[in-house]
Amino acid sequence: MKILICISKTPDTTAKIAFADNNTKFTTDGVQWILNPYDEWYSLVRAIELKEADPSTVLHLINVGGADCEPIIRKALALGGDEAIRINSEESDSYNVAAQIAHIAKESNYDLIFTGKETIDYNGSSIGGMIAEMMDLPFISHAVKFNLEGGKAIVTREIDGGEETVQSELPLVVSCQKGMAEQRIPNMKGIMGARTKPLKVTEPITIETLTSIVSFDLPPAKAGVKLVSPDNPEELVRLLNEEAKAI
Amino acid sequence: MSVLVFIDIAEGQIKKASFEAACYGAQTASLMGTKAEAIVLGTFNEDLSILGNYGISKVHSVSDHALNNFDSQVFTKVIAEAVESLGSEVIVFANNTTGKAIGPRLSAKIKAGIVTGAVALPDMSNGFVVRKTVFSGKAFANIGITSTKKIICLNPNSFNITKSDQKAEVATFNAVIPASKTAVVSVNKVTGEVSLSEADIVVSGGRGLKGPENWGLVTDLAKLLGAATACSRPVADIHWRPHHEHVGQTGLAIAPNLYIAIGISGAIQHLAGVNRSKVIVVINKDSEAPFFKAADYGIVGDAFEVVPKIIEAVKKLKGMS
Ligand SMILES: Cc1cc2nc3c(=O)[nH]c(=O)nc-3n(C[C@H](O)[C@H](O)[C@H](O)COP(=O)(O)OP(=O)(O)OC[C@H]3O[C@@H](n4cnc5c(N)ncnc54)[C@H](O)[C@@H]3O)c2cc1C
Ligand SMILES: Nc1ncnc2c1ncn2[C@@H]1O[C@H](COP(=O)(O)O)[C@@H](O)[C@H]1O
Repeated sequence: MKILICISKTPDTTAKIAFADNNTKFTTDGVQWILNPYDEWYSLVRAIELKEADPSTVLHLINVGGADCEPIIRKALALGGDEAIRINSEESDSYNVAAQIAHIAKESNYDLIFTGKETIDYNGSSIGGMIAEMMDLPFISHAVKFNLEGGKAIVTREIDGGEETVQSELPLVVSCQKGMAEQRIPNMKGIMGARTKPLKVTEPITIETLTSIVSFDLPPAKAGVKLVSPDNPEELVRLLNEEAKAI
Repeated sequence: MSVLVFIDIAEGQIKKASFEAACYGAQTASLMGTKAEAIVLGTFNEDLSILGNYGISKVHSVSDHALNNFDSQVFTKVIAEAVESLGSEVIVFANNTTGKAIGPRLSAKIKAGIVTGAVALPDMSNGFVVRKTVFSGKAFANIGITSTKKIICLNPNSFNITKSDQKAEVATFNAVIPASKTAVVSVNKVTGEVSLSEADIVVSGGRGLKGPENWGLVTDLAKLLGAATACSRPVADIHWRPHHEHVGQTGLAIAPNLYIAIGISGAIQHLAGVNRSKVIVVINKDSEAPFFKAADYGIVGDAFEVVPKIIEAVKKLKGMS
């Protein structure tokens, strides 16, 4: 079994969101970068579990990004990836990123390609589906459970108000979310070992982009909370009904 | 040069998010000086001409049993064939699990730039710019789509439904349906509950409720209000509530009209998933809880005393006691 795990870097969940250059750029000053939680906690850890169950499994990591992505790639190696490829390209739009990954993936016969449900910065939820289409593979999104049985994948995915279990042929692309696995913390042995694991850098291919960011803005600030006495919750219900017209 | 809206049917019913997408598609079409059409995949009994009420002029129905098994690969091929034959320029999906599984595939297949999580009509004054949420609702980005064909996935609860009494023409669309490499083996639907992403009102509980045995407070209030229930991440992590109820940066992002948070501290990662709610109510015994800064209304008090009184007051309001 050969698994390709797509990993991306995102600002830490507590990062201050601000914009510069006439609101056209995200301000990265003082921002701490992390491995996208969906990639780390769910997709990568589930892949590691599959390798633990079948040690012949090979885990390749792939990232499209600049040299500043290497710390997060090393972290993913420390958690349990075997080797990594970085496509040396400043991220552009989803179409371009997906095409870079699909181009590499087509050369090696992966049985599975895992992505996160979304990156927590641009919330695209797009890369997995695009890779699947570019490679003409089935795609199961929002997976909460993943198992292999008799050469097929049994995947439970979230649907509106519930879950659905799907059986699929391999190769297959899966986007992962909560439920797939539990978050792990890299241990010392993993961190030391990650230093010498292969991290190959390749140059991107020329691909067009289909979208571009015009500007950013922040939502208007709230006016401030109206507090109601705990002895008089009826007043809250009245306000919600008459003032906010919300119930 | 028309607009095509994908209508998602679950259990033989058109979802609210699809009606929103229909209205959005119709208004986009009118900005472009063209008409909006819809495509429906699978078999069911619903009268599709009612999509005319939401501004759709013609519905293309691909009525084949094979399409009752949702497979993004098959759906994408069929929709791409329709886009080609109808000459659609803008394709609209609801930004739900179905839309997010097909939209990006279609984008790659027909080389159409895509914006997921859209919250407003496209601005065509200078190019074609769509507004979307980014940083899990903490900001917005305006994205220009530069390709000829364009795909928009509209966030649920972001666009008002307007209705008329128009009827849509319903036609059969004959598509080549490829064999599927996937098969649904079981569906586990929490029936009777309001879908969290589409709900108008959401009642949510945090670790302050102490244990799953106290969740009656949340579910009783939700039931009274016709609301969906949600929870903070630790509550789902310790299995007090199912994973699909977890809202926040690493859970579901929602935008209901009213969000009632009970015993939730309001950590930045939690706020990221709920800060687009129109009205936020916070009930927390700690006046310093960060959630109060993001709230419209609040009660500093013990949930175990306050919530039963709120339930009584709502019953009175609804004439139930
Ligand atoms: C990378 C990352 C991602 C995360 N993603 C998410 C996410 O998506 N969603 C999410 O929710 N969290 C997320 N978290 C966790 C988040 O930081 C908080 O830890 C979490 O939201 C806290 O949950 P809580 O408010 O239920 O619990 P607590 O922080 O323990 O708060 C409980 C609250 O209940 C109040 N309380 C206690 N007793 C009562 C009572 N009797 N009556 C009324 N109030 C009472 C307390 O005053 C307190 O404010 C994430 C964290 C990280 C690091
Ligand atoms: N630059 C990137 N390099 C590698 N994988 C990525 C990159 N961007 C996104 N991904 C993968 O695609 C998933 C969905 O991202 P997105 O479509 O951008 O929300 C992420 O969780 C990653 O697994």
